[in-house]
Amino acid sequence: MRRRVPCLVGVTAVAAFVALARTGTDAQAPAPAPALENRANDFNAFTVQGAVTALIGPGGNASTQGNITVQVSDDATVLVDSGRGDANDRAIAAIRRVSNRPVRFIINTQAGRDHTGGNEALAKSGRPYGGRASGAGFLIADQGAGATIIAHENVLARLGGAKGGAPAPFGMLPGETYFTPEHELFNGEAIQLFHTPAAITDGDSLVFFRRSDVISTGDVFTTQSYPRIDLAAGGSINGEIAALNRILDLAIPRATQEGGTYIIPGHGRVSDEADVVEYRDMLVIIRDRVQDLLKKGQTLAQIQATKPSFDYDRRYAVAGYTGEQFVSLIVDSLKASAATPAVRSAR
Amino acid sequence: MRSAILRVSLSLLALLGVAGVAHAQVDLSGEWGLRMHEDQPWRGPGQLPGEFQGIPINAEARAKAESWMASVYTIPERQCIPFSVDMAYTFGNMRIWKIKDAPSQEVIALGQHNEWQAQERTIWMDGRPHPPEWAPHTWQGFSTGEWVGATLKVTTTHLKMAYLERNGLPRSDQATVVEYYMRHGDVLTIATIVTDPVYTTEPWVRTRNYGAAPNQELNAYPCRPAVEIDREAHTVPHYLPGTNPTLDAGMRNGLPRVALRGGAETAYPEFAKTLPAPARPAQPEKK
Repeated sequence: MRRRVPCLVGVTAVAAFVALARTGTDAQAPAPAPALENRANDFNAFTVQGAVTALIGPGGNASTQGNITVQVSDDATVLVDSGRGDANDRAIAAIRRVSNRPVRFIINTQAGRDHTGGNEALAKSGRPYGGRASGAGFLIADQGAGATIIAHENVLARLGGAKGGAPAPFGMLPGETYFTPEHELFNGEAIQLFHTPAAITDGDSLVFFRRSDVISTGDVFTTQSYPRIDLAAGGSINGEIAALNRILDLAIPRATQEGGTYIIPGHGRVSDEADVVEYRDMLVIIRDRVQDLLKKGQTLAQIQATKPSFDYDRRYAVAGYTGEQFVSLIVDSLKASAATPAVRSAR
Repeated sequence: MRSAILRVSLSLLALLGVAGVAHAQVDLSGEWGLRMHEDQPWRGPGQLPGEFQGIPINAEARAKAESWMASVYTIPERQCIPFSVDMAYTFGNMRIWKIKDAPSQEVIALGQHNEWQAQERTIWMDGRPHPPEWAPHTWQGFSTGEWVGATLKVTTTHLKMAYLERNGLPRSDQATVVEYYMRHGDVLTIATIVTDPVYTTEPWVRTRNYGAAPNQELNAYPCRPAVEIDREAHTVPHYLPGTNPTLDAGMRNGLPRVALRGGAETAYPEFAKTLPAPARPAQPEKK
């Protein structure tokens, strides 16, 4: 039996946004939180909770930049993902408005260029972990090396060209990789990386900031479209659903199943468990419909004719990635899974 | 002297003007007891699965609701989800209170707590804009209010995906809800208008009534989820298309299937004229 208790965190921008949480007779208000505005030409910063801020690309949800997560301590700034790389100056300026501590680590949730394009520039804007006092030290990292880029080893393999395609510039590559189910880091709080195999790609990581109670998901979760699963890069519909279930296992909401653990998606708005539940349910329902038709021996054309994603298309289909395309992807993924059923960790 | 009289007159006029504004802005604060007589069968027992008549849904909403299985409420992640603001007045009493700016004593917001499922919201009255789309969405959304004469008009955005009705009809996170609070003595009527670009073709309008209940105390609504059914983790209950056996349940009430499917046309009186006369049950012979 699982019992949940409210997770109390400090006063946060999210809490201020959600409501003045008080029940009673007439009350006097605390100072109101400043109004949020959507910046068309600059990154939008949203203080999530604890030590974590989300940077949403210029223009807000319409931005093609992957979201950047900024976590700060007295020692360092840690980033999750680095954007597309074509607005690095603005990204660095936005990060420095959040914290003046050096960027010492950049975690890549996957190899997609909208999440890794700024790796080199943002790493160079920072410093490695460690230092060199004047006149002292040896075996100390070169301070000119910039921040350390961390990712699952499959991200390095993909960016480095080992899995096909042109290799990315050397400065963009992760310098620290992991191959285990989990990896960890500390920056004023515990930071856990969870490998979610075969989700969007074979190298996706969820990043959990434990004291802040925030999860940065990369493209495993987005509020903007159907998941852009890359079958050629090792992604799968079942692995994607398993990754979303992993987020739900980590997240614990406050009362009325709202807030508590906050979720920063790869694209789109800051969310919580309930938003992920809705997204997970949508994928399971569409997957089950497609799977049922496949079991009945229907062809792709026949399956598409039944419009298995019809009730979700008006919300999640976007230009260049329609419901029909998503259904086609699910068909291919399920056929591939049937051929090779051992999807690790797919629950 | 004339100047002094003018100053006094202007001051009195100003006071009257202010008093006039205050008079138009009806005081909504206090305890309100729900009146359940309106739409009672829909709010108490609730509409049956597949009973969508009178609601301006589109084909996508119908398809989604036809896949809906009531057991979805049993998964821990959904057990304590409250009604969203557009369903808030279905059950339960409520309290409204003023939130004031300490230095000026101006009302900058109204607080509202609905007893059922502990729904709590803030209606900002200080003219602040709605946040950008990338701000979090919540069950009660982000609400701003303005007085239109003696009526409070409240506009709410930033809602989470929720239900238009309790039988699985969806309302998307892209919807906007406009409410009108109208107080007539001890009666408060709230008209709710839902506009959803994803799942409706026309605004969906409802009204609900409350009576002043100054001696009322609201109950708490503590809710903590738990695994209550021993089944595979992460199960998502739903019906595959064409397999939902409950969709004709509404026909027990004598409604034709064409009406049960809902849609904007079924909300208008003209629709009833297109229906065949209902079959009358056989009457016993008179002796």
